[in-house]
Amino acid sequence: MKRILPILPLLAVVVLVQLVTAWTGTQYYLTQMTMAAYYSLLIIGLCVLMGYAGQISLGHAGFFAIGGYLSAALTTRSLVPFKEAALVRLLDNCGMLHAGKDLYGGELLVVTPWAAAVFAVLVAALIAVAIGIPVLKLKGHYLAMATLGFGIIIYRLVLATPWFGEADGISGVPPFQLFSGVTVSGETSVRILNYYLAWGVLLCGLVLLINLMQSRIGRALRAIHGSEEAADAMGVNIARFKLQTFVLSAVFAAIAGVLLTHYNGGIGPSEAGVMKSVRYVAIVAVGGMAHLWGAMFMGVLLNFLSLRGVFGSYDDAVFGLILIVIMLFAPDGILSLITGRKKQAVTVPTVQQDREV
Amino acid sequence: MSTELFVQYLFAGITYGSIYAIVAIGFNIIYNTTGIINFAQGEFVMLGGMIAITLLSFMPLPAAIALAVIITMIIGALIEIIFIRWLKNPSVLRMIIITIGLSILTREAAVHIWGENIRALPYFVGNEITTIGIMGARISPQVLWVVGVCGVMVAVLHLFFRATSVGREMRACAANRLATILCGINPRNMVTFSFVLSAGMGALAGCVMSPITYSQYDMGTGLAIKGFTVAILGGLGNSGGAVAAGLLLGVIEAFSVSVVPLAFQDAIAIAILLLILFVKPHGIFGSGEAARLKAF
Repeated sequence: MKRILPILPLLAVVVLVQLVTAWTGTQYYLTQMTMAAYYSLLIIGLCVLMGYAGQISLGHAGFFAIGGYLSAALTTRSLVPFKEAALVRLLDNCGMLHAGKDLYGGELLVVTPWAAAVFAVLVAALIAVAIGIPVLKLKGHYLAMATLGFGIIIYRLVLATPWFGEADGISGVPPFQLFSGVTVSGETSVRILNYYLAWGVLLCGLVLLINLMQSRIGRALRAIHGSEEAADAMGVNIARFKLQTFVLSAVFAAIAGVLLTHYNGGIGPSEAGVMKSVRYVAIVAVGGMAHLWGAMFMGVLLNFLSLRGVFGSYDDAVFGLILIVIMLFAPDGILSLITGRKKQAVTVPTVQQDREV
Repeated sequence: MSTELFVQYLFAGITYGSIYAIVAIGFNIIYNTTGIINFAQGEFVMLGGMIAITLLSFMPLPAAIALAVIITMIIGALIEIIFIRWLKNPSVLRMIIITIGLSILTREAAVHIWGENIRALPYFVGNEITTIGIMGARISPQVLWVVGVCGVMVAVLHLFFRATSVGREMRACAANRLATILCGINPRNMVTFSFVLSAGMGALAGCVMSPITYSQYDMGTGLAIKGFTVAILGGLGNSGGAVAAGLLLGVIEAFSVSVVPLAFQDAIAIAILLLILFVKPHGIFGSGEAARLKAF
């Protein structure tokens, strides 16, 4: 209980921000706060993978895109031409399809958002398993390049597939009615509701991960990060824990992708780009790698500033600079400069040591 | 497929393949002396081409290329001195993130200096439509320039590492850093020198390829990932393997165009990379034992 107590002041801050924006008439800030919260959901997932399990991923925008693109495509692309196919009929009978009219009054038959969301997250998890089994055997540069390669393949696929809208992406994604009265949508009438919804999802994710990291799994991951050989010798199933963490972080990314796509009403190929993946890594690094609170805080702050356009045309450059400066001067994260908090003395393999093994 | 078409594809493959080989050798030089992969390697190629194009309005082509190579070498040295030299025992993860950051910063600097336009150096001999016939295929003379310059670079590099004292010191540094220090060689200078060397090679390759493949601010990432594929394929640290693997990847890519859409061309190189990493991470031409010595 003690470790999730800081949630309460955070909740108070979340409510306070909403009240202040309502009072000062700057409620448009809530839109970016909502989007920043969804991005941060991905970032805390990546934080567990990078900080606790010590596995870098330069392809997490790929999982975000799998979630976002699949749910967007399934809820907008009409299935009318395939109406007679057995699979489509089966889906219809299960109540997973939604008939409607498109802009021009034509017949429209699409998958319901719930079914699409579940499918998208499942696919992301399955891909994470399929990719994770071989990739997580690799270390260091090999792992970085392999995940980067995965990210680029996803980017190329969405860019070259007409079903995913090629360079235009997918627009006109319908609102996602979670349950009656609660809808994920960018409409201004439900802005405050969506703000609380996004933060609710983010805080649930945070509590889940904090508890997980204090459990047997978290201890196993830290042992792996410290020394894989030692963890192995102590009977920790390295491959399984690494894979589980990878899949967990991919699922977080996919859920963020699904929700943000419904909130924005669309998704474009830049969401799958390499720069996005690098940006997520940068934010985790600033937050202090193995520091969920730091990652979440920096995730919200930096994404909010970036979405407000504070960095202008230097957006990517700012994140590149952040990466370098943090890694050069404060590899334990920006908070370590203030609190003087140092990581426990774990021997992280260094370049020189590695070569002499 | 007719003979002419075959030769045509083959030459296209060899052209790109020699570029990949040069990028891969750039990776290898830095990897051998430091044990890090410089993710900003592709940016050196971009810088070489871009700087030469800018200088061209002030001076003749050979001078512009020479000066561009020298400027890129200085940039390479500065990058190493400012960002890498003073780090004590950095972790692999930290080095990966720093070089990725450097690659982004270089690219962003390039887009603010040169804009997003695609540029190119003029053809060294003739123009776009000048061709020479080889076995019925029509080849631009620039292709021969690319292949020739890359070949000479590889040969000179080989001689440099065998015959000159600096080259031998660099190899010593790669073999055993501690013993090198005991012999009175400063490995830090060798690291700086390896950055200068691979920056210069990348820049020269960027200049000769510019007329055919054009130069753009964001060409680095694609080249880096293909160069890395080639470096892995040939066995990390093995420059002879890199040449063979580079030509192999270039030819595979060139022929793949006749089978799959152009949009997926990058995906093919990456798929090969993933496959190699999963199946045989020490490369086709690398020995398992050597790879274990340098295992991460």
